[in-house]
Amino acid sequence: MVREGIAPVLNRKQDRPASEPIIEIKGLSFFYGRERVLQDVNIPIFPHRVTAVMGPSGCGKSTFLRVLNRLYELVPGARAQGEVLFRGRNILEEKVDVVELRRRIGMVFQRPNPFPKSIYDNVAYGPRIHGVRRRELNEIVERALRRAALWDEVKGRLKKSALELSGGQQQRLCIARALAVEPEVLLMDEPCSSLDPMSAARIEELIAELADGLTVVVVTHNLQQAARVSRYAGVFLAGGELAEFGLTRQVFSSPRDPRVRDYLAGRFG
Amino acid sequence: MCAALSLLALGLIAGFLLWEGGSVFEATSPGGLLGGRWWFPTSDPPSFGLLPMIVGSALVTCGALALAVPLGIGVALFVAEVAPARLRDPCKVVVEILAGIPSVVYGFFGLLVLIPWLQRTLGLPTGQTALAASMILGTMALPTVASIAEDAVTAVPSSWREASLALGATRWQTVLGVVLSAARPGILAAVLLGLGRAVGETMAVLMVSGNSPVFPPSFLRPVRTLTATLALEMAEVVVGSPHYHALFAAGGVLFLFTLTLNLAGELVGRRVRREG
Repeated sequence: MVREGIAPVLNRKQDRPASEPIIEIKGLSFFYGRERVLQDVNIPIFPHRVTAVMGPSGCGKSTFLRVLNRLYELVPGARAQGEVLFRGRNILEEKVDVVELRRRIGMVFQRPNPFPKSIYDNVAYGPRIHGVRRRELNEIVERALRRAALWDEVKGRLKKSALELSGGQQQRLCIARALAVEPEVLLMDEPCSSLDPMSAARIEELIAELADGLTVVVVTHNLQQAARVSRYAGVFLAGGELAEFGLTRQVFSSPRDPRVRDYLAGRFG
Repeated sequence: MCAALSLLALGLIAGFLLWEGGSVFEATSPGGLLGGRWWFPTSDPPSFGLLPMIVGSALVTCGALALAVPLGIGVALFVAEVAPARLRDPCKVVVEILAGIPSVVYGFFGLLVLIPWLQRTLGLPTGQTALAASMILGTMALPTVASIAEDAVTAVPSSWREASLALGATRWQTVLGVVLSAARPGILAAVLLGLGRAVGETMAVLMVSGNSPVFPPSFLRPVRTLTATLALEMAEVVVGSPHYHALFAAGGVLFLFTLTLNLAGELVGRRVRREG
């Protein structure tokens, strides 16, 4: 795209070994006014892997996601403490360019929220605001729609309103819209929770494929989904405490915290 | 029931206007009525050309909209998107108060303050001009445009704003690229209602526009609108005379004007909604 350029996806993979985190969250606490929503969270996010964040509702997992692209700032009185190092740089610092940050760390929301524009204009929105020239747009739109596994379904009606698509298609369109600005990380906030099982399954497949090209952090309260799609997993408990983090396999097979064991066994949440 | 009553009232008014106004064609032709440049209803022979007033109305209305639409949308965006939460309600109250001021007060202000000022500043023979009328009407239509546009902007779901910001758009890009386009049908409605207010307004225009029934060569000359013509002459007209019928015809033209506006607005609004 602009500035850093469209680094070919494969080169990026070799840039950094998978062992070194692309994002490191260190001692993160978060407040809405006086209320503490996250306490002392430490998580590494590894590149080209899917990291799942689980927990009962109200445990702060969506808030956690919104810290990573600083979207929490829209809420008056919200405050984050600690460090979120993205490629070594603390993004919680005041002087960080949030526009650039949000281009590099994209987001997909819980409910599909395509703009009331055409399918094409939805995907082209991001590249346009970042100054991509018109003749490059077609190619970018097609590539993003292909990566979101939507191209074949919409290629004949790109000028139609995005609101005419089904819920699952709308969510894939939102994924394409986020991919069109070539983010390095994609944050997904319960991307399947408002979809029917078939559409949800498609999105899950997609998440696994996306991890080839970028880093995915997905928040979910669906444990099976987390087990299926993620390599790493963290479990938040009420009060915003990160009770468990590690390889998904290990988190599910041998959680250290007894409360997490109960949660994963379906005893609450 | 209510719908039937409104329809009946509409039908009766339209029928009456057409019936009484139609008789003017005993004295002049449709072309002479709509295209005639001279309005001498009481001379001998009389001349019933409405064109100066039609142009006057159009000029004043367009001028008013040129003022009210950008300002109204600006106010709406400021109140809904930019202003901090604690300023929002006071702003809305001020806009509503502005909407509640009687039109004669606007006219009075225009006559005593705006017109002398225009006359001095622009060096005109008289300050009573289409420009003055446009400015007063624009101010009057502003709160209508602003408050309805503000509702439309506020109704835009915040999930669209979030999506835009999360793509790295600035607040300003989000407002222009997403919020305004999503609020388009509502803003269009605001413009049309503002237009309706401006076209139909009588008192304030009467007081500041100069009311000379001649073809206006520019914004800086006196004009007379259709509404002002009705208000000025209805008291002195002889019932049943051609002049009387000509005034009804003027009312009919005004009626058709607003009817077309409303229908056009409805159609455009529908198309915008369908396209989403």
